[in-house]
Amino acid sequence: MSGKKSLGRFLTENAVVILFLLITIAAIPSSGLSIQYILQEMITRLGRNTFLVLALILPIYAGMGLNFGMTLGAMSGQLGLILAINFNVGGVEGLAFAALLGTPVSVLMGYICGSVLNKAKGREMVTGYMLAFFINGIYQLVILYMMGAIFPIRSPAILLSRGYGIRNTLNLEGVRQSLDNLLMLRLGGYALPLATFIVIAVLCAFVIWFKKTKLGQDMRAVGHDMTVAESAGVPVDRTRIIAIIISTVLACYGQIIFLQNMGNMATYNAHDQTSFFAVAAILVGGASVKKASIPNVFIGVILLHVLFVVTPRAGQNLFGSAMIGEYFRQFIGYGVIALSLVLYAWRARKDALRAREGLRRASIAAAPEGAAK
Amino acid sequence: MGQQGPILSVEHVSKEFYGNVVLNDVCFELKAGEILGLVGENGAGKTTLMRILFGMPVIAETGGYKGRICLDGQEVRFSSPFDALDSGIGMVHQEFSLIPGFTTTENIVLNRESMRPSILNDVFGDRMSVLDRPDMRKRAEAAIAKLGVKLDPDLLISEMPVGHKQFTEIAREITRTKTRILVLDEPTAVLTESEAEVLLAALRNIAKLGIAIIFISHRLREVVDVADRVVVLRDGLAIKDLPVAGVSVRDIASWMVGRTVAADAVAGGEGREFGDELLKVEGLWVDMPGETVRDVSFSVRKGEILGFGGLAGQGKLGIPNGIMGLYPAGGSVGLRGKGVPLDSPRAALEAGMAFVSEDRRGVGLLLDESLDWNIAFTAMQVQGAYLRPILGGLFKIRDEAGMRKLTEEYVGALDIKCTSPKQKAKELSGGNQQKICLAKAFAVKPDLLFVSEPTRGIDVGAKKLVLDTLHRYNREYGTTIVMVSSELEELRAICDRIAIVDEGRIAGILPPTAELPEFGLLMSGLAARNAREAVNA
Ligand SMILES: Nc1ncnc2c1ncn2[C@@H]1O[C@H](COP(=O)(O)OP(=O)(O)OP(=O)(O)O)[C@@H](O)[C@H]1O
Ligand SMILES: [Mg+2]
Repeated sequence: MSGKKSLGRFLTENAVVILFLLITIAAIPSSGLSIQYILQEMITRLGRNTFLVLALILPIYAGMGLNFGMTLGAMSGQLGLILAINFNVGGVEGLAFAALLGTPVSVLMGYICGSVLNKAKGREMVTGYMLAFFINGIYQLVILYMMGAIFPIRSPAILLSRGYGIRNTLNLEGVRQSLDNLLMLRLGGYALPLATFIVIAVLCAFVIWFKKTKLGQDMRAVGHDMTVAESAGVPVDRTRIIAIIISTVLACYGQIIFLQNMGNMATYNAHDQTSFFAVAAILVGGASVKKASIPNVFIGVILLHVLFVVTPRAGQNLFGSAMIGEYFRQFIGYGVIALSLVLYAWRARKDALRAREGLRRASIAAAPEGAAK
Repeated sequence: MGQQGPILSVEHVSKEFYGNVVLNDVCFELKAGEILGLVGENGAGKTTLMRILFGMPVIAETGGYKGRICLDGQEVRFSSPFDALDSGIGMVHQEFSLIPGFTTTENIVLNRESMRPSILNDVFGDRMSVLDRPDMRKRAEAAIAKLGVKLDPDLLISEMPVGHKQFTEIAREITRTKTRILVLDEPTAVLTESEAEVLLAALRNIAKLGIAIIFISHRLREVVDVADRVVVLRDGLAIKDLPVAGVSVRDIASWMVGRTVAADAVAGGEGREFGDELLKVEGLWVDMPGETVRDVSFSVRKGEILGFGGLAGQGKLGIPNGIMGLYPAGGSVGLRGKGVPLDSPRAALEAGMAFVSEDRRGVGLLLDESLDWNIAFTAMQVQGAYLRPILGGLFKIRDEAGMRKLTEEYVGALDIKCTSPKQKAKELSGGNQQKICLAKAFAVKPDLLFVSEPTRGIDVGAKKLVLDTLHRYNREYGTTIVMVSSELEELRAICDRIAIVDEGRIAGILPPTAELPEFGLLMSGLAARNAREAVNA
């Protein structure tokens, strides 16, 4: 009986991962794509997306849920890239330059975001989402009206023909794949952007190390129980803000890595779906609002993107229209988020039930001393 | 160590909540290494006094206090518990302030972790230091050793029994190097007797280290055992302050309530006649951690009071928890011949059973709601009582008058100390909140009432009231009662039959008039062992 129970528990806990695995396995043959092609796509996309998804881990660790506010970081990164192009700094130096400029902006953005989220404890996710919309407005204002008008732009090529405002699409020629190509390893027909993977590995090492620091422990405490942490003297609000700042800065770097791989940038909406796809990926990888680990990130990026690669083809082959695959892709993104959140709520209720039983066992208790909090 | 001055003196402290005087000119002193027992009825003001001492924000929010609190002769006025901690006052709270997902070690050194500096320290400060887990563990082990108890430093809090949580909290307080005064508000209320023994021994150890202790408990026996001095609060006045030597439990009890406390007067089991069989339980097993029930069968007749006794951990608490569907259980339970499903608390309630859990916290009160709401809540939910149809039955509104009357009835019967039925539950003292839990179950007017540890945390005087009320309900409304208690005297006072539970099975059922040694024999498991040996031989 308990074997059945634990199997059931395993299934519910990994429902999303299993579901995705099944869909993917089913879709691969009908796409008609070669395994080799899919593998190469995976390598490319892992390099492109993993950094962004890793940016989500710390806020989850600090109990703040999925950081939809990471979009703010993405915008900062784009700002950095625009300026790098403006000053015509190319290659890896261009990326470093963009990151350098993006850092203070994303720290400020993270600080703002964290402070706002502290006012909305328990509703961080939806607040972050709305905040991203708001900041998006400011971003548009700056890029569309102020650049060239208030802030001097040196390179007229990136300006709209009216003389101010940045063009809709920016060609990132100067920095295109400069990180990827820095150390490109060719192995049996595959191209492996080693430098990008080293950067990702360093970030993973940082996350692991960070969890062992005092600050990491404080984040964990805050994530588990804010009241207890507060009463033990942990500066709860500050800790939460730091978690968001780190996440925003990482999102800034992540977006730069993402865009250098893409090679061009939709100035006004490249960041629109950054948080959305990162969140979908980490959820597909089996993370929840409360728990996420580095393996979740990798599993998620791989599963989600295999699906993204194969569904348009599968759609074309099965229904004669690649658009179906496109729709499917959107549908999956949103569906995954909704499904994981629902599953999570459902599981949380079950866990609460279990926890309450634990509490009952634990306390053969007197009533609480009412207002003691 | 009588020669040095007091480290703490409380001088003429008074406190009122919106005109309700709770403490009136209280004075006492505390010396290093001294254990002070603080006793008083439910609502006498013990917790309030400790909250003042600890600088809890509720006090300032409700208008502050009068009088002075001095540490080493210097007046202090804490604005937050952090100030109190800095001045060396540690407090073990009733609701544990531990992080369930952390280990014992992590909780003991919470926010005072041992650290090793890292390269990022210079840039980002101390918080980028790496935790020194071996050292944290060493410190935790040292604190545990000081207490003289056994605790696993690597166990998660959520997985440990309640007694261990209590010890973890205390260990945390004494690892603060500054702690000189330790306040414990009813630390033993959640403990089994053997755990309480260990705790008392631990307190003596701590006191030997020179830490002064304020110990609050309704178990007067413990106060007499462990304290050096006792202060008795009554209606906000400190009416006695004297060394414990030579004082008896009986003395303290009568000071507390202001009259001599009679030995329990209600007598049970006068050979009454009962109705038909109401509840029949067969082959019940319950998977309640720490209170496993293995195989229990019994039946209760209508109008009867059946008691379950036995040592802690043998399974007596599991019986009502399993029947009411709060833990996984199996076997068959029939109420009036009809089967009751074992996994649904609601079905159990609707079948006409009610339960006052030993865990008032989990099943708890709506702390932010008024007393009448709390008392009428279950009756309203389950039976639609205290709802009045209006507009031809289109809507139902609450029957405020009915609820008020109901509340007043129980406030009187159980002597609940409150200012009005509209007072919020969280404003009541701990013991009075428990009385509300009892009233809530009574209000359902169940056919069958399970009560588990009905007098825990309730003062000596009010204990009798609670037992009287159970007794009166049984006689007046014919309510059948199954009562679980670890206090044999209490069971003997009102039960018609007493079943002793041992190792998850009923070792035997005795009348309340049976001799004490007979109960002792059943509890010790000797009877069972003898029987087993007889079979084996
Ligand atoms: N926040 C509050 N607002 C209003 N009244 C309060 C508040 N807190 C406590 N009281 C009242 O103060 C009185 C003393 O309460 P206190 O909790 O100090 O009692 P106690 O001695 O600890 O009792 P017990 O043994 O039941 O725990 C009670 O009558 C209670 O109703
Ligand atoms: Mg109290």
